[in-house]
Amino acid sequence: MKYKNMEIQMKIEEKQTEFYVCDSIITLANRWDHFLARFGWRRNHRRVKPGLYKLGSPTQESLVFASTNYTLSFDALRSSLKGIDGYILVLDTRGINVWCAAGEGTFGTDELVHLIEMTELSKVVNHRSIILPQLGAPGICAHEVGKRSGFKVEYGPVRSSDLPNYLKTRTATAEMRRVRFNLRDRLELIPVEIMAFLFIAIIVILIGLFTGEIWKSLQILGILITGLVLFPILLPWIPTRDFITKGLLLGGVAVMMIYFLPAYLKNGIFGWALAWETLINMLIMTPVVAFLALNFTGSTTFTSRTGVRREIFTYIPILAAMFISGIIFSIVMYLIKLRS
Amino acid sequence: MLTKLLKKKVQRKAINTLKYKPELCINCGMCSTVCPHGVFTPGKDTAKIVKFEACMECGACQLNCSMNAITVESGVGCATAMILSALKLRKTESCGESC
Repeated sequence: MKYKNMEIQMKIEEKQTEFYVCDSIITLANRWDHFLARFGWRRNHRRVKPGLYKLGSPTQESLVFASTNYTLSFDALRSSLKGIDGYILVLDTRGINVWCAAGEGTFGTDELVHLIEMTELSKVVNHRSIILPQLGAPGICAHEVGKRSGFKVEYGPVRSSDLPNYLKTRTATAEMRRVRFNLRDRLELIPVEIMAFLFIAIIVILIGLFTGEIWKSLQILGILITGLVLFPILLPWIPTRDFITKGLLLGGVAVMMIYFLPAYLKNGIFGWALAWETLINMLIMTPVVAFLALNFTGSTTFTSRTGVRREIFTYIPILAAMFISGIIFSIVMYLIKLRS
Repeated sequence: MLTKLLKKKVQRKAINTLKYKPELCINCGMCSTVCPHGVFTPGKDTAKIVKFEACMECGACQLNCSMNAITVESGVGCATAMILSALKLRKTESCGESC
């Protein structure tokens, strides 16, 4: 399907007079668009026009599905409905995916009822049922939609790829009702994580190049990669429940591999100087990894506000104390070296 | 003294704000349908909480319970959003345009 990525919001204030048309085909251009989306490229421009779409050649009895106007969400739905004739109601969520938009309320009861009125859905189909993605539920009050619009909300599976199986029986298995966070899901998030810290990484490299301390820059880069790439990958296998303790553990291992091991292999002796240096690097670098780990909570599918808040209040003072004492120690060390 | 200390410890260990009143439940099954982590399951007469600790406070069950039997302080479990809003760099404790 060909669509124009819009920059400006299309306000739905007038009644939709004719149907928009879409198909189930994901073109090469669509795939390229999805690829760029994974890097967070032009994030606010991935929007489809909100309204009622025809998929195939639907009749008055055909099913009605709902989705958001984020291209990735909309494409996931339409490509899962291969060979099915139906209608897709695209809600205006300002280019945000279903779950996040539901959390914010833009994929919400008001918007859904409004769109049902504006598209005159009750004249288009003769049944009164609409299939929503399950993850839209945090924004939709099903019984209120029923009262206000006359349409019964039916929650489909979490993932649109399960829709063909769901539609056979119109019931979802427990597996279809659960969000997951497997390795593939976590890998898909890494590019966006990296892009957020790309600026810092480039500065670190530039400073290294200008001061001639490129090895130190690479070490810091290694720490950043540990927090941004290795942590998401290894998340379920690192022991302990809390993200910060997981981060501290992984950070500790990273410091041993990046700082201690090369220095030990180079000199071949383990003395006070190396022990002291490793301690300082531990104090400075493990909180960095732990902080990056904490920032990953928002990307996961299972952290609660209460849980994250508890982690922040419990551990942030400890992380700050470690980091600051590490900095002070390294300054002291530098001054002692300067003297001798 | 000891009970106070114990209470404090429990509070610190609190993992979510989910509260459910089974006496209001009509066993419609909606909470079990909308929960993405299988916290609820339909029981014989009322819904049951089977995985309390898995609740991520998304708020879907509360909003879709027609009997108002469930309450939960919903919000995003995102440290970045909380830190940015605490530092007044973001107006609300939610996901912004860039995230």
